[in-house]
Amino acid sequence: MKLVLVGVSHHQAAVELRERAALDRERAAELAGRLAGASGEAVCLSTCNRTELYLADEPGADAEARATAALLELESELGPALYRLRDEAAALHLFRVAAGLDSMVPGEGEILGQVRTAYEIGATGPMLDRLFRQALHAGRKARSQTGIGESPASVSSAAAALAEQVFGDLHGRRILVVGAGKIGDLAARNLLSRGAEIAWIANRSQDRADQLAHSLGARALPLDLVERELATADLVVSSTSAPGFVLERAQVERSLRGRRGRPLLLIDLAVPRDLDPSIHELDGCYLYDIDDLQAVVAETLAERRREAERAEAIVAREAERFHDWQASLEVVPAITSLRAHAEEIRRAELGRAKLSPAERRAAESVTAAVVNKLLHLPTIRMKQAAAAADGVLYADAVRHLFGLEEER
Amino acid sequence: MAELLFWPALLAYGEAAVAFVGEVRKPGAAGRYATWGIRIGWLVQTALLAVQAARADAFPWSTWAASLNLFVWLVVTVYLVWGCQPRYRLLGLAVAPPVAVLFALAHAGGGTDTSGAGSYSTVFLVLHVGLVLAAFAGFTLAAALSALYLWQERRLKRHAAEILRVRAPALARLDELSARTIAFALPALTLGIAVGVVRLRARGGGFDALMAVTLLTWSVYGAYLALRYGAGVRGRRGAYLVLAGFALVVVARLVLPGTHFS
Repeated sequence: MKLVLVGVSHHQAAVELRERAALDRERAAELAGRLAGASGEAVCLSTCNRTELYLADEPGADAEARATAALLELESELGPALYRLRDEAAALHLFRVAAGLDSMVPGEGEILGQVRTAYEIGATGPMLDRLFRQALHAGRKARSQTGIGESPASVSSAAAALAEQVFGDLHGRRILVVGAGKIGDLAARNLLSRGAEIAWIANRSQDRADQLAHSLGARALPLDLVERELATADLVVSSTSAPGFVLERAQVERSLRGRRGRPLLLIDLAVPRDLDPSIHELDGCYLYDIDDLQAVVAETLAERRREAERAEAIVAREAERFHDWQASLEVVPAITSLRAHAEEIRRAELGRAKLSPAERRAAESVTAAVVNKLLHLPTIRMKQAAAAADGVLYADAVRHLFGLEEER
Repeated sequence: MAELLFWPALLAYGEAAVAFVGEVRKPGAAGRYATWGIRIGWLVQTALLAVQAARADAFPWSTWAASLNLFVWLVVTVYLVWGCQPRYRLLGLAVAPPVAVLFALAHAGGGTDTSGAGSYSTVFLVLHVGLVLAAFAGFTLAAALSALYLWQERRLKRHAAEILRVRAPALARLDELSARTIAFALPALTLGIAVGVVRLRARGGGFDALMAVTLLTWSVYGAYLALRYGAGVRGRRGAYLVLAGFALVVVARLVLPGTHFS
């Protein structure tokens, strides 16, 4: 069995090309089934950043040509952007993909689930089953043993992580969202997923505020009432398109009297800025604007890249293990034949001997032990030779020496 | 015997101090080594204290150096109650180095030997020393929490880019834990002072500098709790007040004890 990978990803193809090669779950399953045919195996991994076809088939089956044709069928202009990898290189690539090392944002978490889905809907056999299970293992291991997926990789997740640095557990923390646009919505949902309570949505347009408030279980608020709620809010997220400040220092200063020293985190995602920067100077107030958050994200991404080096080593070890397993497949038939041959001789000779039942039991045990001991070392040596790429030579030699070919 | 137990304990505390510095530079394995260092150090020191107690014919921690030994053990005990949880791991940076230094100081002063000499034998005095030391251990931990609070607050104020890489405990949590620790330690100090006053009245004796500083310490922490829960003074100002109280604890523990013990 030979492993082949043909694919296209964000490294070589722009989004306009990738989107035409993207497949939903049903189409990916259908394509995998079609490519596998009667005797082969196929898995189609399709995400927003890549479409990759993994095929395992007999050497002469021209799996690579079939996979290439299938992708070109989806989009004829993909040709120059396609990459083709085989055996060890294909396995290493999948392990890197599963670990998030080939992603746009190193260590992003979604890819592992996408690899699992591809495996579940694929037409797998012994080779791809082993490959994908090991890829999932490598992905989990890289994440658990390194910090590659730990730190936030987006502005909205960095804002939520900052909130945890101020308040700890966000359960029950009250959030005031100013502006009902997409950015505010995204940041609010990120905080909501960590247990915070979106208490108010303030917006210039009351309809938009009502709409978003309804979807987040919050209360809609006109912009001029924001100051009133500042005394009870823990976190303010602002992202309006207003030309000037929506919240002035004096307004926040007045609200501090009612806060009794509780900290207030303010996240300003708007450009131009919504929140007066001098608010940050107030005792207990921490204001972060978009540049501050981007600096934090840049630092965490740099950390992810540092951790990626450690993850690469983990993935390389897993790829090596897969290679050893794949190489051992070359000698497995020879080992099986050799053991069957020895067992056949043992039984035949034992059958000719005239023995009492008790003597037969003893002879069975002794001869089985002798055969096992004799074949143990050759079996180990053949597997070692297979890992060192001499497997086929050894297998042929064993077949020739023991006359296994003639018996086939 | 004392030497056999002292050096491994000091080594473990020293290892923890170094490993906590490593944890700040690169979070991960160093933090685990540090926590184990503290745990092992505490276990060995507990054994040392047990040997001291077994061999003494009176309260074995009556001298300045010996009480410092007990104080170190109490600080580590309070820290181990919750301080070694992964999210408070950085707190160890404020605890382990002073613990190692104070423990070495206690040894240099002869506070870790097992000669068995002791001048206190009444329950009153044992209670007095034990409660005051336990309270001081609590204040030490509260000061470490407040120092960590100020560090974290400063990082937030100057928008430190590495704030999510080197994660400290949350600001609000540090503030709350510091106050809670003081809320437990202050009643212990109050009781310890009361026991001392009762004995002073029964046996007579003068009012010394250590007593004055201890009473001042009591009023600073009392004021802290009153301001926090009465007037809502929290955060940075509260942390400074806790550190001011701790400065008095340092004076009481390291500068003035000679005047009281003699």
